[in-house]
Amino acid sequence: MDVFRIATAGSVDDGKSTLIGRLLYETNSITTDKLEAIERASQRKGIDFLDLSLLTDGLVAEREQGITIDVAHIYFNTPRRKFIIADSPGHVEYTRNMITGASRAQTSVILVDARKGIIEQTHRHYFIANLLRIPYVIVCVNKMDLVSYAEDVFVKIKNDFLELSASLPNTQQQIVVIPVSSLHGDNLTTRSQNMAWFTDEPLLTLLESLPVPAARGSFRMPVQLAIRPRNESHHDYRGYAGRISSGKISVGDVVTVLPSGRSSKVTGIHKNGIEQASAVDRESVIITIADDIDISRGDMLLRTGEEPLLKAEHTAFICWMDSQPLDTVKSYLLQHGTQRIKAKVIRIEFVQDTATQQQLEAASVKMNEIAQVKLKTAKPLPADAYAENPANGTFILIDEFTNNTVAVGFFE
Amino acid sequence: MKKDYLKEFPRELEDEAIYIIREAAAQFDRPAILFSGGKDSITLVRLAQKAFYPGKVPFPLVHIDTGHNFPETIAFRDKLVAETGLELIVGLVQDDIDAKRVVEETGKFASRNILQTTTLLRTIEAHKLDACLGGARRDEEKARAKERVFSVRDDFGQWDAKNQRPELFDYLNGRIRPGENVRVFPISNWTELDVWNYIREEKLEIPSIYYSHERPVIERNGVLWPYSDFIFKDADEVIQNKTVRFRTVGDMSCTAALASTAITIEEIIEEVIGTSVSERGTRLDDQRSEAAMEARKAVGYF
Repeated sequence: MDVFRIATAGSVDDGKSTLIGRLLYETNSITTDKLEAIERASQRKGIDFLDLSLLTDGLVAEREQGITIDVAHIYFNTPRRKFIIADSPGHVEYTRNMITGASRAQTSVILVDARKGIIEQTHRHYFIANLLRIPYVIVCVNKMDLVSYAEDVFVKIKNDFLELSASLPNTQQQIVVIPVSSLHGDNLTTRSQNMAWFTDEPLLTLLESLPVPAARGSFRMPVQLAIRPRNESHHDYRGYAGRISSGKISVGDVVTVLPSGRSSKVTGIHKNGIEQASAVDRESVIITIADDIDISRGDMLLRTGEEPLLKAEHTAFICWMDSQPLDTVKSYLLQHGTQRIKAKVIRIEFVQDTATQQQLEAASVKMNEIAQVKLKTAKPLPADAYAENPANGTFILIDEFTNNTVAVGFFE
Repeated sequence: MKKDYLKEFPRELEDEAIYIIREAAAQFDRPAILFSGGKDSITLVRLAQKAFYPGKVPFPLVHIDTGHNFPETIAFRDKLVAETGLELIVGLVQDDIDAKRVVEETGKFASRNILQTTTLLRTIEAHKLDACLGGARRDEEKARAKERVFSVRDDFGQWDAKNQRPELFDYLNGRIRPGENVRVFPISNWTELDVWNYIREEKLEIPSIYYSHERPVIERNGVLWPYSDFIFKDADEVIQNKTVRFRTVGDMSCTAALASTAITIEEIIEEVIGTSVSERGTRLDDQRSEAAMEARKAVGYF
């Protein structure tokens, strides 16, 4: 069974929580005790309808203020798939949470209020979906009931959105725009009776039928640890454990270990002692090789002939995530794959205004800002450009003193 | 049964959990598995075995023993330890009661659940554990839905829900200062059904109380409480023998029984698919208030 990951972003009033609540409700994914708990909480708040945002806003502070602060994970199944929704807040001051929620998504669902059309927040959500190159973007034009289900309202918003998407750099995304009413359930799980003019699939059917995007890029496996049992039955055994981040590897392939550059032949791929002839991205495996070469955590296995250029200077987009702004004097720890090395931002090219797409000059990068920077790493990295191999094209920055994850980055 | 699609286990979840378990082994000096004897921690042990095979599981098991366990759970724990050869560390809540570090609740609804936190933190400190792997899942409870896979706790074991480290892509940042520790949740993205389907596919043994059996219970407000020496019985309450099973394994004083005749794993799965009550709905410790879980996590509960 497939696992399909969706990112949603939005604020309370755009109907996002109602939309998710309805998907759960109509796929029988909420149990009665949870519904009753929401009913009680809604009553205590003095509202007379079922406030489905209480389903996803799990923290006391969120419930009190009626806002989403942090990413919540929501699960539901249909006969086709298991879905994981990363539901994140939509305000500018939570951009970092939005990126966190979107970081593993295969589909981004963006909500637009039919009465308001494309607003600043839409620009921001789409900019992030575009920067992260999420394969599918589904725009739900919501609250169609409040504009009398008018086709021309929908068509105008759709065209505005397509115009916006054409102005951004990564045009390989597949974009679908759907008119919905999450309050009344129009075009969510079944086709709306109120919008006969719309003949495409409703949201859930679409989510079930989108092909799981294939991971791009050649074989890369960051080594998590070496397995050396040293017991009687496996006296000389030495295996390298990791999760394949991209590509495919087969027994008999010749691999190179970076950074050492030494090569050897793959003699075995196994999971829990069960041998397999090959393995693909996202699988956690143990690989054995013919020669006794020194491999440890932080190294990367690649297929010989498919190595990326090893570089110590990089251009990257970063999103800053810490309350302490970026300091170009200070060095940080950069984690790429399983490797952590010292790194320094040597130049801030520009800070990106995600709503207007303007590139602004800046001396620093503050929390929730996205910037293009030049970085220097203490050693050359076997990194790919994010556009070519998303799984091997990202990194995080860690503050050595607070240990916080202060930024996420995408190699250009 | 028409909902056969709910009986498939997505293998990707196993790959993800194994990746997380290996990260815990690689990033920490002394990680341990928090073992309650429940189905989620049993699943964790299996995943850990797979993650390092043919090597050994590099973690001890830590059991926080409230003294109010189901005897079946303890018997199961000891059998599993004997079979796997894993080290077992037991933290006794009774020791903290005897030392007057904690005071037992009194009254009809008294439970030792809340006292576990003190014992857990003391055990973590005594054994210098810098990471504890737990079987908590995000679908269990709304506060858990917000939890990170690597959840950093301060010197006092506290969870700062509003100030968590962002977790992006597959990156797990386990850097901590001395005294801090990390709770690691490898099966964060699993649902209750995923766990049951995994147990079926892997043919894992589970404590007998998960299967239907006859036992004395007291009915209170429609909830079946297992009768034991650990709960108070009002004079007008009647002890009845009922055919029940348990959906989660907690203390005898805070885990409600479920009227059920399910005696095989397949029947349990059918029952979970058909139920309209969530798993934690049978946990009396969660019913105390709307934010019971968040409040407990904030002070160090796992």
